Amino acid sequence: MNWQWFHRLGSPRWFYQKTQAWLPWLAIASVVLLVTGAIWGLGFAPQDAKQGNSYRIIFIHVPAAVLALVGYYVMAISGAIGLIWRMKLPFVVMRAAAPIGAALTFVALFTGAVWGKPTWGTYWVWDARITSMLLLLLLYIGVIALGQAFLQERTADKACAILALVGTVNIPIIYKSVDWWNSLHQPATIKLTESSSIHPSMFYPLLVMVVGFYCFYAWSLILHTRQQILVRERKTRWVQQMVASGSTRLVEEGGKA
Amino acid sequence: MHPVRKQRLILVLLLVTLSSAAIALITYALRQNIDFFYPPSKFAAEEVPHNVRVRAGGCVVPGSVFRSEESLAVRFSITDGVAQVPVKYTGILPDLFAEGEAAVVTGKLQSSGVFEAEQVLAKHDETYTPPEVQEAMVGDHTATCQGAGKAMASDY
Repeated sequence: MNWQWFHRLGSPRWFYQKTQAWLPWLAIASVVLLVTGAIWGLGFAPQDAKQGNSYRIIFIHVPAAVLALVGYYVMAISGAIGLIWRMKLPFVVMRAAAPIGAALTFVALFTGAVWGKPTWGTYWVWDARITSMLLLLLLYIGVIALGQAFLQERTADKACAILALVGTVNIPIIYKSVDWWNSLHQPATIKLTESSSIHPSMFYPLLVMVVGFYCFYAWSLILHTRQQILVRERKTRWVQQMVASGSTRLVEEGGKA
Repeated sequence: MHPVRKQRLILVLLLVTLSSAAIALITYALRQNIDFFYPPSKFAAEEVPHNVRVRAGGCVVPGSVFRSEESLAVRFSITDGVAQVPVKYTGILPDLFAEGEAAVVTGKLQSSGVFEAEQVLAKHDETYTPPEVQEAMVGDHTATCQGAGKAMASDY
């Protein structure tokens, strides 16, 4: 099997050059989708029969929680690729994914607390879903902290990848916690195998928000990875030449990218 | 694939598998402690200690809610479709507390068999419907709670 294409993916310079054209499109897509979804969900979707207007926090809560879980797999799989193939770029992606994931997890926990007060009658309970989600936040923070604890970047990368991989155990636990144990949190509304228990007039704006969050996640991950690449590769010729020219765009030089 | 990389791949897979197995065993051993509440069938089976702070959860039996006329005291029963637990509470109930909806109560089981609650939380279901659609489905209101009750009971 020819692995050459795969190894090219590991070059920070190749990534930096490829992604600069994607950034404006991802930015436009996330802004358009998030603004459309927010106006649709907050202004035009009907009230819920039981919860009234307070259910509208779902339009932030669910997309943030989905991306917090997906983002963890992005981080752990990048770490695994970095460990196995010893490539630079996957490690950079892994390290860049940690603060973004931590922020999304915090948003999911915070909006959940705000939602819990008017519906359940409490901001916080130690049930399986909420506690495992808090553990996810601590895992993300652990990866960030561990990455800063080592002087050598390579050692830090390896340690972070191992922590991220061990932490993947938590993701199916978070997802299934509401089915495996008695919890205060309700079971999943959007199901993969059967029809969702949310009315279409509320589901479509939610779907727009989820897709918008995916675009926003990709945009911020690429942006953060590019910034990290510049820091790590600051001693290489291509970065120094680019910075000297006063631009953050990498111009192709004579076809040898 | 290069043999060294293959070896590292196996190591990574082993790391994930072994840590998953360890966590699975721990959560399996602690499965009852991870439950947020006891279902009423556990009370019927005398598995819940008396006069110890515990939580009970289930569907509020329609027609079982009695409010006092001169205080905030309220009586109701919760069920999981198998057994019922009578609950006494004094205080303000959450907005979503209703007959036929699920609730989780924290308190102590008295020797008399009555659950003396100090906190009542509403557990809403996972369905979201506009009010017009909800009105069109007359009688379906309690069905969601019966489903939740069954789901709770099926764990035991």
